[in-house]
Amino acid sequence: MDLTALTLESIREALARKQISAEELVRAHLARIEQQDHDVRAYLTLSPQRALQQARRVDALIAAGEPLPALAGVPTAVKDVIITRDLRTTAGSQILRNYIPPYDATAVARLEAAGACILGKTNCDEFAMGSSTENSGYFPTHNPRDLRRVPGGSSGGSAAAVAAHLATVALGSDTGGSIRQPAALCGAVGMMGTYGRVSRYGLIAFASSLDHLGPFGRSVRDVAAVLQAIAGYDPCDSTSAREPVPDYESRLLEPIRGFRVGIADEYFQGLSPAIGDNLQRGIDLLAKLGCEITPVSLPHTDYAIACYYIIATAEASSNLARYDGVRYGVRAGVGDGLAEMYRRTRNAGFGPEVKRRIMLGTHVLSSGYYDAYYLKAQKVRALITRDFLEAFDEVDVIVTPTSPVPAFKLGERLDDPLQMYLADIYTVTADLAGIPGISVPCGATRPAADQPALPVGMQLLARHFEEARLLQVAYGFERAGGFGV
Amino acid sequence: MPLTEKDVRYVAELAHLELTDQEVKQFLPQLDSILEYVQKLNELDTREIEPMAQVTAGAAKPQLRGDEPRPAFTPEIALANAPAPSAGFFQVPRVIERES
Repeated sequence: MDLTALTLESIREALARKQISAEELVRAHLARIEQQDHDVRAYLTLSPQRALQQARRVDALIAAGEPLPALAGVPTAVKDVIITRDLRTTAGSQILRNYIPPYDATAVARLEAAGACILGKTNCDEFAMGSSTENSGYFPTHNPRDLRRVPGGSSGGSAAAVAAHLATVALGSDTGGSIRQPAALCGAVGMMGTYGRVSRYGLIAFASSLDHLGPFGRSVRDVAAVLQAIAGYDPCDSTSAREPVPDYESRLLEPIRGFRVGIADEYFQGLSPAIGDNLQRGIDLLAKLGCEITPVSLPHTDYAIACYYIIATAEASSNLARYDGVRYGVRAGVGDGLAEMYRRTRNAGFGPEVKRRIMLGTHVLSSGYYDAYYLKAQKVRALITRDFLEAFDEVDVIVTPTSPVPAFKLGERLDDPLQMYLADIYTVTADLAGIPGISVPCGATRPAADQPALPVGMQLLARHFEEARLLQVAYGFERAGGFGV
Repeated sequence: MPLTEKDVRYVAELAHLELTDQEVKQFLPQLDSILEYVQKLNELDTREIEPMAQVTAGAAKPQLRGDEPRPAFTPEIALANAPAPSAGFFQVPRVIERES
């Protein structure tokens, strides 16, 4: 039995039958990380002792015949923007290269309470700013399907870890698509819940009105189980939703026949056949499963990137003001006094993309520009949200491509930041509206006969707090062979 | 209105970033092209639209917690990551007035 290829269902069964121990499961993953991760480079920091201690606790429960929590023994990776107590957390930045958090993020605490074994912290674009993980202050992560290509971003390390069997599940964060897009590029399942569904307490903030935490897995059930464990009200997060959490796993099997599936024309215009053909096969499969395919319109889609990059950078410029060399992180020399210490620390600690975004954000909030940019963007945000709410009066879920392109080559897109931003077009809208979204594998595309096939992702979107519906459709799609269309 | 080097330096100063000449030259066209792109939003008439400041769907007023003391970090924990802890404080260089 290849322990690193197992998904949650098999792990639960194997543990229950005592075919394997949690410790063996963790050791198998640690060994595979040692063999494979110098090629993939998914991890920044490993935590073998933490994982093994947790595994032993799980094995003790098994030996005592005690009931096991939902994620008992599951080898899990955590994106390095999510803080872990006593385990170095860098946000993918040099400015936090020595930061040891004194507390766990709520999502991490909940995962460990559910028995998950945290193997380590995964690489990401610095402060979650990027779509390729090439903006990491450490090194890029490589796509396990083709090591010359990017895994996507910003949660590239988490997506790659799950895809390469270096973890069974992983946590990531999504502000403009940073869970869904790398899931698509790596051939994994990645989900973002409704804004407020998962507590942001312990998520190193990028853009507070757009940030979400969410799970990666190789199957829809795995993602549902992780979401189940981490979702729910948290008094430590003032934006945490009090909406009750349904039992996602038990609802997976509910039939999807008759679901109205919306296809928004704006998301398919100009789409390359490499992506479009796969999406069409996916949509055809949903139709075969009894879904009603209906055209819908989301007329303000074209404005979403402009809207996003104003709001996100504005919020980031505020959130990243705290990295000043005073209370944590590096301090790059004192110079003439406090102001110079701030400048030197931030100049040395931040990479170019972070600096770019801080400057954009500062500019759009500055006196004389606030109304023209930031306020305007907040109004457009309302229009984009309204588009979705009106569409969801007509349909239950909306299907779109996740990314306009499959995984591109490392270094290919670094010269033109705006081009990189424009590739977020299908994912930013959900973050702006606060609605949940999931990306599932939907076949693959071969860039040339002699090159590896690259995964294509299909995105499903639903109304606020309808995660269960998304998971049902995704699960039905998976069971019908959709991942390999 | 295209961005100038002076604008870039001014914004950098606001954000406590001091860019090198090379960085300013590199960032200027990039920032300019992004700012030009976002002008797109002016195609939309938003005079009657309320700005969307809160995302929490259907949120009523936020429910604040009661004003009750709870255990928090000890000073040792709070200072554990400090670059220059001193006698229970975060030590920083003195604040000096910038000469204009």
